[in-house]
Amino acid sequence: MKPASFEYVTAESWDAAAASLAEHGDDALILAGGQSLVPVMNFRLAQPAVLVDVNVIPDSAYLQIDGDSLRIGALTRHVRFEAPGIDGPLGRLLPRIAHHIAHLPIRMRGTFGGSLAHADPASEWCTLARTLDAVMIAQSVTGERRIAAADFFHSALATDLADDEVLREVELPALGPDWRCGFAEFNRRAGDFAIVQSVAAIELHEGQIVSARIGVGGATETPQRSGAAEKALLGGAPTSELFAEAAGAAADAIEDFLTDQQANADLRRDLVRVMVLRALEDAVSAG
Amino acid sequence: MTRIQLNVNETIHDVEVEPRHSLVDTLREGCGLTGSHIGCEHGVCGACTVLVDDQPVRGCLMFAVQADGKDIRTVEGLDDDGAFNALQQAFHEHHALQCGFCTPGMLMLATWIVERGLPVDDNELREIMASNLCRCTGYRNILRAVRAVLDASGQDGAGA
Repeated sequence: MKPASFEYVTAESWDAAAASLAEHGDDALILAGGQSLVPVMNFRLAQPAVLVDVNVIPDSAYLQIDGDSLRIGALTRHVRFEAPGIDGPLGRLLPRIAHHIAHLPIRMRGTFGGSLAHADPASEWCTLARTLDAVMIAQSVTGERRIAAADFFHSALATDLADDEVLREVELPALGPDWRCGFAEFNRRAGDFAIVQSVAAIELHEGQIVSARIGVGGATETPQRSGAAEKALLGGAPTSELFAEAAGAAADAIEDFLTDQQANADLRRDLVRVMVLRALEDAVSAG
Repeated sequence: MTRIQLNVNETIHDVEVEPRHSLVDTLREGCGLTGSHIGCEHGVCGACTVLVDDQPVRGCLMFAVQADGKDIRTVEGLDDDGAFNALQQAFHEHHALQCGFCTPGMLMLATWIVERGLPVDDNELREIMASNLCRCTGYRNILRAVRAVLDASGQDGAGA
């Protein structure tokens, strides 16, 4: 349970981090909060030759409204989202999600950008990013690249980030006042990885759902938006009956469920139905 | 090997480490402070919890090189001139330990809660202390012990 040997490099700027990655290629990994990477290294599932520590890069932890976007610095710790200091539906949603991430000491170290780059299928932030179509901003020595969430998540623990790119910032849409957002997650022990989770965001106009974003995480290798659930919701009124129909549609539409010792496909399908329903109920009650 | 300086319980330790050495391994083997225990080594059990710049940290998930120049507090620094401090005394009085393996981590996490100075209601206390595992006590006595110290310092959570 000790990691293999590696060379330790401290990057004092994103430029320096990108330069290190350019020099070492796929032998190097970025060390952010380390709350997922270090366990993986302790199990020797990852054996990077070089670890580039980005924790000391200044001005890299922030939540900042910029026009229609919320800009999130990659090194923003999870705990910061428990009191984000942001108005509106997104500001109300972030603490409810953050609260589900592991335990407090982990939330005080782990980072938003690190979670996205690690891309665990059960990551709350990955599901949020996919649901709201976040934009990931990656930096390399050749410049900056904007990556849409739909293209970012390739498979479990694999993203579109190239070996020489470091995730520096993430943009979420700053949802307007007519949006209602909810979250629900199922796990067997408090603080453990989610088996299934859902983010629901609906925009209401004169009692009708005019936009809908339903995201599901933990069920499949990468977080997904459920087009079937969104279609079921559009144009309807936010009633329990409609929510149940949408949740059923979300569960029925998924074909490639993860199966592991925690849950088989049948259980995950049932959990998708229940979590989407609960996320929608959370959206109208607390969102 | 890299030479680093850890300020542990207000004593400077100059130690040589490999980058792969965890903070808790270094505290135990480099500084000779074996009070911090190593349980799961993947961040689940919390037995290795220490305070780094007054924040609770899983000592198995931070490399010692990352703690270079930082202030570390471990269970060895809690006592009051050889006598139990209030938390240690409360753990004793409420029988908050049996085998004692998780106790150093529990004490350091509880130290952070108490020193934070904020009111803590029972739900929040339970949730934060759930960060660490104990296989003996069933947790109730640990919660009672921390609760007693919080109540005595006016952090009873009634106003929360």
